[in-house]
Amino acid sequence: MATPAETEALATRLRATSLRMVARANASHIGSCLSMADVLAVLYGHVLRVRPDEPVWEDRDRVIVSKGHAAAIVYAVLAERGFFPPELLETYGDDGCPFPGHVTHTKVPGVEVSTGSLGHGLPIAAGMAIAGKRDRATHRIVTVLSDGELDEGSVWEATLFAGHHGLDNLVAIVDYNKIQSFGTVEEVLDLHPLADKFRAFGWSVREVDGHDHGALHEALGTLPFESGRPSCLVAHTIKGKGVSFMENDNAWHYRAPKGGQLDQALAELGVAP
Amino acid sequence: MRTAWIRTLTEIAARDPRVCLVVGDLGYTVVEGFVEQCPGQYVNAGVAEQNMTGLAAGMALSGKIVFTYSIANFPVLRCLEQVRNDVCYHGANVKVVSIGGGYTYGSLGVTHHGTEELAVMRTLPGMTVVAPGDPVEAALATRALVERPGPAYVRLGKAGEPVIHEEEPDFEIGRPIEVRSGADLAILTTGGVLGLGVEAAELLQARGIDAGVHSVHTLKPLDEARILSLARGTGHVVTLEEHSRLGGLGGAVAEVLAEAGVAGLRFRRLGLPDGFATDIGSQAYMRERAGLTPKHVAAEIQRLIRDRAPPPRGSA
Repeated sequence: MATPAETEALATRLRATSLRMVARANASHIGSCLSMADVLAVLYGHVLRVRPDEPVWEDRDRVIVSKGHAAAIVYAVLAERGFFPPELLETYGDDGCPFPGHVTHTKVPGVEVSTGSLGHGLPIAAGMAIAGKRDRATHRIVTVLSDGELDEGSVWEATLFAGHHGLDNLVAIVDYNKIQSFGTVEEVLDLHPLADKFRAFGWSVREVDGHDHGALHEALGTLPFESGRPSCLVAHTIKGKGVSFMENDNAWHYRAPKGGQLDQALAELGVAP
Repeated sequence: MRTAWIRTLTEIAARDPRVCLVVGDLGYTVVEGFVEQCPGQYVNAGVAEQNMTGLAAGMALSGKIVFTYSIANFPVLRCLEQVRNDVCYHGANVKVVSIGGGYTYGSLGVTHHGTEELAVMRTLPGMTVVAPGDPVEAALATRALVERPGPAYVRLGKAGEPVIHEEEPDFEIGRPIEVRSGADLAILTTGGVLGLGVEAAELLQARGIDAGVHSVHTLKPLDEARILSLARGTGHVVTLEEHSRLGGLGGAVAEVLAEAGVAGLRFRRLGLPDGFATDIGSQAYMRERAGLTPKHVAAEIQRLIRDRAPPPRGSA
């Protein structure tokens, strides 16, 4: 449990770490990482019941980051929480490192499921949820999805299933940063009205400013949102949030910060280079 | 085979609450017994095979032993990426069951012909691929796969296949079963054409050719040593499957034989030609059209043994 101020500080550290990782590795997806920083900080800093020293603790909350391309920040938060030594993050991008560019379970404790092909996470989460329900387990299954990912039909198959079966141990958080990989969501496949869609599928939905920690703490304060329904949190976010020259610029879906850009970004975050 | 499978599965599930069945809105007159006896272990995912497979992976990662079930290509090709990434890559304890391999549902059209999926499943790392030869093998395979953790694909016929094993054979995943011994030639079959192989061998016997018949129920892992031993022992190997000649049993055996270089070996793949069926009808009709009859198979084998020149390319 933590305060909003504490999770805000955590989010800043996650942003800084991700920027350093991506710069060093010359990797992609920093924009996608930055939009998710606050949600991840609140989840891992405040909401989730996990044991870093016992990553497969039976009653742990399961987390599936279905938007697996935001790998750097997922590895960063797991290191921050003590699942593995943070120094290991310095190998990100090196040949033979344990950190593939999409979230991968094989070499990193704390990752439940490998993702990277969009649309896979929610069905797996729903399977864990229905098993959990039938076993009368108390753990929650939380999955984070991207907005572009909602183009995948498999997401809606799982959404229909979870609503139908009232899987109220299941939480889906949509990192709704309004930009997908080759255009805005509005241009490519408009999701509006998004909350209504999840409601129509039988979910209990809350919408929140995905960068407001007070609001995130409140929104995720009681889980499930409603007994008998899966919970969907639509987090309105900004791609590249936290770094002024990255915000809402889709080049940062692909590009890594170079030269003075990293220092400039860290300075904006109030972090030493 | 379908009946043998579900009966065995239901017996096991009644005693072991970890065993679950996830269907893709199919199973009319098949799974009702399971549903009645083990309702908490049953899920109908609806007509949504990608979700069906994801669910199965999630349930397996939560400690269940999960069987998915649908017809022909639906549980495998429709959701291939889920089978690869969610099941195989995680080593998830999911057995994908497909009813209606080959031309079982011949008259329903090409969408219901399961004729390429053995080749596809075979290339997935970590996947065990089983095509039982008769209902007895289907029951034994089911039991064996529950005992063998990890991903598997099981291709079944439907109902009414002849029972070839009058006595329960010694069944082990990965080990072919010798149904008939023979010094001149080894007929290797996979799936429901086991009976066809036996009938062809009987025709050949009458013509003085002593053909052995082996049910290669497990396509992966393939018993390479046994296949090479049969090849070296007889000098003639024929594979037989209700599946494309490309990449199934024929392909798997060809890979092994070609690399091993068995001197003087004659080899033929008998199966379906590389093409969508242009005619539809019952399984018997479809097999006849594709040359999968005892008479045609025996004739092909006789040609293999007598002719020195290789058969023309493209013939079944």
